[in-house]
Amino acid sequence: MSKKNSEYLINRKDNQYEVVIGLEVHAQVLSESKLFSTSATKFGAEPNTQVSLVDAAFPGMLPVINEFCVKQAIKTGIGLNAKINKRSVFDRKNYFYADLPQGYQISQFKDPIVGEGKVILDMPDGQKEVGIERLHLEQDAGKSIHDLDPQNTFVDLNRSGVALMEIVSKPDLRSPDEVSAYIKKLRSIMRYLGTCDGNMQEGSLRADVNVSVRAKGSKEFGTRCEIKNVNSIKFMQMAIEYEANRQVDLIEEGKSIDQETRLFDTKKNETRSMRSKEDAHDYRYFPDPDLLPLEVSDEFVNELKNNIPELPDDKKKRFIDEFKLSSYEATILVSDIDTAKYFEEVVAKMGKNKDMKLAVNWITGELFAVLNNKNLEISQSPVSAKNLAILVNLIKNGTISGKIAKTVFELMLDGDKDPQKIVEEKGLKQQSDPKTIEALIDKIINDNREKAIEYKQGKEKLFGFFVGQAMKASGGKANPQLINEILKKKLQ
Amino acid sequence: MSDITKQSLTELVENIKNKKLSSTDVTKAFIERSEKSKELNAYITEDFTSALVKAKKFDQKPNLDLKLPGIPMAVKDLFCTNNVKTTAGSKILNNFVPTYESTVTENIWKEGAILLGKLNCDEFAMGSSNETSFFGNVQNPIDKDLVPGGSSGGSASAVSGQLTPITIGTDTGGSIRQPASFTGIVGLKPTYGSCSRYGIVAFASSLDQAGPMAQNVKDCALLQEVISTYDPKDSTSIDFKRNQYSKELTNNIKGKKIGIPKEYRVDGMPKEIEDLWQKGIQYIKDCGAETIDISLPHTSYALPTYYIVAPAEASSNLARYDGVKYGFRAKGENLIDMYEKTRSEGFGAEVQRRIMIGTYVLSSGYYDAYYLKAQKVRKLIKNDFDEAYKKVDAILTPSTPSSAFKIGEKTNDPVSMYLNDIFTVPVNLAGLPGISIPAGHDSKGYPLGLQIIGKAFDEQNILNIAFAMEEKINFKNKITDWWIK
Repeated sequence: MSKKNSEYLINRKDNQYEVVIGLEVHAQVLSESKLFSTSATKFGAEPNTQVSLVDAAFPGMLPVINEFCVKQAIKTGIGLNAKINKRSVFDRKNYFYADLPQGYQISQFKDPIVGEGKVILDMPDGQKEVGIERLHLEQDAGKSIHDLDPQNTFVDLNRSGVALMEIVSKPDLRSPDEVSAYIKKLRSIMRYLGTCDGNMQEGSLRADVNVSVRAKGSKEFGTRCEIKNVNSIKFMQMAIEYEANRQVDLIEEGKSIDQETRLFDTKKNETRSMRSKEDAHDYRYFPDPDLLPLEVSDEFVNELKNNIPELPDDKKKRFIDEFKLSSYEATILVSDIDTAKYFEEVVAKMGKNKDMKLAVNWITGELFAVLNNKNLEISQSPVSAKNLAILVNLIKNGTISGKIAKTVFELMLDGDKDPQKIVEEKGLKQQSDPKTIEALIDKIINDNREKAIEYKQGKEKLFGFFVGQAMKASGGKANPQLINEILKKKLQ
Repeated sequence: MSDITKQSLTELVENIKNKKLSSTDVTKAFIERSEKSKELNAYITEDFTSALVKAKKFDQKPNLDLKLPGIPMAVKDLFCTNNVKTTAGSKILNNFVPTYESTVTENIWKEGAILLGKLNCDEFAMGSSNETSFFGNVQNPIDKDLVPGGSSGGSASAVSGQLTPITIGTDTGGSIRQPASFTGIVGLKPTYGSCSRYGIVAFASSLDQAGPMAQNVKDCALLQEVISTYDPKDSTSIDFKRNQYSKELTNNIKGKKIGIPKEYRVDGMPKEIEDLWQKGIQYIKDCGAETIDISLPHTSYALPTYYIVAPAEASSNLARYDGVKYGFRAKGENLIDMYEKTRSEGFGAEVQRRIMIGTYVLSSGYYDAYYLKAQKVRKLIKNDFDEAYKKVDAILTPSTPSSAFKIGEKTNDPVSMYLNDIFTVPVNLAGLPGISIPAGHDSKGYPLGLQIIGKAFDEQNILNIAFAMEEKINFKNKITDWWIK
């Protein structure tokens, strides 16, 4: 395997292969109730406590569309720069399984609610556009639990009927890293919109991964395999790597690739055949006669459009233009909505005379390190945006040095203390009175006359020694800039 | 009063309101007659004890402002009734007791009616003779060993035999109108979207409609007034202005234009049916209305279209009966084996046949040729009616191509059985209202019905036409009580 300019290729003898990947992402709609019933959707509830007669498919029960879920899907479509279809149709996808009470899943087949769109990925070597084929609404199934009893399977219908958005990408992805960036971007957009919480541990975001390989430069697609239901970015990357290499090996051996559905075994790190194309289900899709076609007006869509919050791409552009951040800094700050919110709150609290660079460095440096260490989300940060803004301002206006600030920050972690108070209580205020510092320096030069002479004779390295001594003498509180200035003058 | 069960709904309501009869009197009378009529096999589940308790309770504090004050009635066993077993005529739901009530029955109880029991029907409403019921065939009160029609055969038999003053059935391809015709009663299939489908065991969702069955047009209008409501729980329910059908009922149909579609003159139709139709045309004219020859050119495609659309929807609607959650479950080696045994043992032959047809026409490779084509033809059939209604206010046809046949006569010939629905099926495909009224007898003395088809939401108009014709026809059902020993 070689990576030239981040191009992901698989090498065998004289041949180079390119990997082609398309994703079908299943994102759970952030909604209090299900797609066609009023049951709750809370994660982790006792089994079968969030099940209505509709969800359990009792005789004569009928689905009624949840308008909120429709709005969420349209908002997501807008976030994906996609075409909103004013008329879409719910179809039945028929198959038998114990955790599918109706014997069919209500989904959208021919006429999805959202059509073609695109998302932009920020890759290390520049931007990459990934096409969206469609987004449609569908019901989730229940859960079969096979390991509670040796004889019986248990069924939990809490998830049955929960609204999912299936977001289908075009086969535009070319490497595991792009897949990672794509998933993160989708997640980011949906979290900005509040349409999916993107929580992969709870199964709110999972994907079927379509992988094929072809000789580098070839325009034809190879035969693809679909890896079902992968629920973490890491596993997606591992599965793609394994699957692409498996397919390349087959081609190198002169064998053909069978179009099939495969499963990723996370323990063995390999994909395994689940069913071949011949065994594929015939889902017998047809329009659900219990539901009329879903029609939305221009006003309905425009109302949603007008209330779309600023999305990551726009926010990034604004951060660069307005706050003069680098593209790299802006990308980091907008990638997660809570980070962006935190940053913007810090900016607001810093007031007029603010140091943007300093604020960014403190968030992406000290704060991220603490969060990482404590395994916290930024929304759970032990230091509020307001207090971080005060801290940055204290540095900016010379009240404390950057070094002292780190001490103050440590103290702030315990109960989100006001840095101003810490500085006052601990007497950490920076010594910025030139006369005091001058006296201090005079004493040091006097005590170290020989070194001062050596410095004047050209041993410039000794400057650092004097700075250190001055700092030490002031208990770290002296303004380093003033020390520098005065020292330079005195040692001339 | 020994003749209580002979009274029409309108008379019973009047007598209860005038306190000439109590709900208990009426309920007792119908229970007694039902007890004596077991041979008809009209009931699947009797709820007599509880009915009497409710009747007594009603009499203690009678609310006489209601539309159906203390009126006992049995309903087709396709309507889910809270705490009362609901089987859809199938073994697979033999032990199923709903914890909820269908909107249509809820509407009825809210107006003061009392449930007598659940009436026999073809399994999942699939049949035209009530012979596919797991609970056995139903006898037609007209004659021994005669089918009452289907699928609302138990309902038709119970009204005709005076086991219940009125009832509700469901009609997917003729299941109210055909048995009404076979038993000499009135049956209305309302416009699709008029009555909520919530809580009705589904057969073919785009065709199913509940409707009233009664001894006369006025009773039918009153019951339609009660059951037809807009229901947000059914996404196909339509919010339109509903008439007070019984109050607005009039026999003045002067100047109305009634279409006579030439395509309903089918090959091999008995002369008796043709004669009946001609008689009907004369009655129309006698009422001061005008008849106009019209064409509904795609009529001959209606039956094949229906037998693609209905089984397709049914194959999917019946997938939920899998032994996992409720109803009958057979023991199996594994999940698939359990499914196969449950569904093989739980469903009867006709239901299995339709599931197979439906699965086939939806299969990839066949979908376009069958299901999609059928949907296109369905549109053409609807267009036929739309065109016709530019010229006429309603359409008159026979209800069925023959009178009732003998039990067992057609059980081995499903196609000949399906042909029974030839005049009723186009109405369901087009989503229109249709009413069957008794209009005469054949040479054997068996009743024959005429069908009036209306514009969508124009129930009042066809009820009026039926009401006017009823007066002229002056039909008397020949019920001999042959089954009562």
